[in-house]
Amino acid sequence: MSALAFTKLELAAVSRQFKGVTALADFSLTIRNGEFVALLGPSGCGKSTTLNCLAGLLPLTAGAIYLDDERVDLLPPERRGFGMVFQNYALFPHMSVRKNIAFGLQMQRVSRHEIVRKVDWALDLIHLTEHGDKRPNQLSGGQQQRVAIARAIVMEPKLVLMDEPLSNLDAKLRHEMRTELRRLHRELNLTTVYVTHDQEEALSLADRLVVLRNGRMQQAGAPEEVYARPANAFVADFMGYRNQLSMVAGPVEGDPTLTRLSGGGIELVANGTVRGQATVAIRPDGLTLGRTGVNDIPGVVRTVEYQGRDYEIEIEVNETTSLFARINQRVTAGDQVVVNVPRDHVMVYAAGADPEADESRRDPIHERETV
Amino acid sequence: MSSMGTLDLPRVQAPSAQPSWRHRLRDRGIDRLLWLVAPAFLFLVLLFIYPSVYGIVLSFQPMDHSGFLGNYVRFFFDPFLRGTIGHTFSIALPASIFNVVAAIPLALAMRRRKRSQRIVNVLLVTPITLGTVLVAEGLLNYLGPRGWVNRILMGIGLTDKPLPLLHNMWGVIISLIITGFPFAFLLILSYVSGINPAMDAAARTLGAGASQRFFRITLPLLSPGIANTFCLTFVLAFSVFPSATLLGNPSGDSHVLAVAAANAAFQQYDYPLASAISVITAVVELLMIAIVLGLRSRLYSGSTATGKG
Repeated sequence: MSALAFTKLELAAVSRQFKGVTALADFSLTIRNGEFVALLGPSGCGKSTTLNCLAGLLPLTAGAIYLDDERVDLLPPERRGFGMVFQNYALFPHMSVRKNIAFGLQMQRVSRHEIVRKVDWALDLIHLTEHGDKRPNQLSGGQQQRVAIARAIVMEPKLVLMDEPLSNLDAKLRHEMRTELRRLHRELNLTTVYVTHDQEEALSLADRLVVLRNGRMQQAGAPEEVYARPANAFVADFMGYRNQLSMVAGPVEGDPTLTRLSGGGIELVANGTVRGQATVAIRPDGLTLGRTGVNDIPGVVRTVEYQGRDYEIEIEVNETTSLFARINQRVTAGDQVVVNVPRDHVMVYAAGADPEADESRRDPIHERETV
Repeated sequence: MSSMGTLDLPRVQAPSAQPSWRHRLRDRGIDRLLWLVAPAFLFLVLLFIYPSVYGIVLSFQPMDHSGFLGNYVRFFFDPFLRGTIGHTFSIALPASIFNVVAAIPLALAMRRRKRSQRIVNVLLVTPITLGTVLVAEGLLNYLGPRGWVNRILMGIGLTDKPLPLLHNMWGVIISLIITGFPFAFLLILSYVSGINPAMDAAARTLGAGASQRFFRITLPLLSPGIANTFCLTFVLAFSVFPSATLLGNPSGDSHVLAVAAANAAFQQYDYPLASAISVITAVVELLMIAIVLGLRSRLYSGSTATGKG
């Protein structure tokens, strides 16, 4: 496994412009050997652009990519030795599963005997040994996706790039494949860059999460860190902080570490030193039913969605403000309730610190570059 | 319309093993919409099936009453007539092979360049709209002994006497390329656009160079389209008539099947022989198509995309 022997892959100020639109700006990231990095963001955020730049399918506009000390961004894709799994699988329809998996090895002029051995190994890895002689179109979506993964990893690539590989699968299969991907990553210690717009997928798979918007990195960190402490209101929104309120932040007398927030008919106290116009983000599961004396908000239940383990309810606080809460008690629409939110569950972001905050939170912006 | 039909049905009786006849008809796509094909069907019967059958029957009734197969015997025993098959092949085969082979790289180059694609389309479609005769007239001036091409060739000293580009099979082949290439290109282009570009990207990330990608991915996926395109351009070229008479040497090496049939019909007034020659033309074309499609079926012929993408 000498091909895997590298220490770090470095993207240095990588930019990509597309017909005058910046698809990726000044993107720097260092990926350690064996790391699983997820690039997360809405469509048009630059995550697929990043992946295609890494693969070599799109040239950079500026910046460089280094594999240890070797510069690789000027190499064509066929000489980078990175494996890629495509969103639509891109299996060769005229070749059997075995031939699909063997293709890359044949290109490397691996001996016939060795190809048979490696293809057997890969088929066993993805549990498709019996289907080796079938054509891709005779397989289900999940099986095709596994073949696409096998085709990429049988080459023992230095880096595996995955472009929303599970987005065409149904929910149950997606979950199974997620577990499978995690298993493969652990067993083979594959350095992986994984692109997705699904935050649950990113959180469950990745060692490190990179959130992008409009071609700019918003936050990079461990999943727990990004989930618990989003760097800005955009990341918070993407991480499922469904309650976003525009409030005014002021000081709390006698305690400089606290912030008093008011707006939308609600008064809250939160940690932090933000002052002035602010965006406040609270996760639905940060709210609990009942009165505690701090940050209590009375309201009327408007909608109740049963979610299996708990309920997601919408509480109308007043004419202009509603809050979403995840609770495990049964309530019915029309009930008068009081919810409270602990101080450390209230995220406060200074408005204006983020110039693009108001513009398009779930933006379908620039056309996505497809390869 | 279909919902009306089902609403009007009486309440379903006890479930039976056989679905109702209406459902079975609908299942096979037989409903009132089918009447829309009636005009086309009538047209086909009156203008294609009837004349064809008439011609085939006529071809078996030789004017000299030499028996059922008389015209066919005569065709194959007369070296001048028999030679038309060879002449037609030696014109149609190179022209259609060139058209298809030249269309492939151009179509591949154009697949992602939408703007230049439009320009090329205009350039190529123009000769089709002008018609064979006008193109032939143009070529007479352009390629003739005193045409531009020969004057330039002689002017720069490449030859000292005009090249015989016209009034032989080369003139016909050139004309067939000018009129047939656009068809081949447009058809191949549509087949090329049907191939998911991710195939090429996938092959690249797997280490395949340009020629490996072409021969192992693009060409196999394109081969059904190439076979279809070849059949169409071949049929067009095989029944060549106007350019064979205008640009070729219709009593020599471009004495093709269509010319022979026309001579039989309009010079000798032997309609049965002309019909027999036409039937022979059709049979040879069908044989060629059968061979090409037979080869095609041994290659990959499924979809050119996988996945749900």
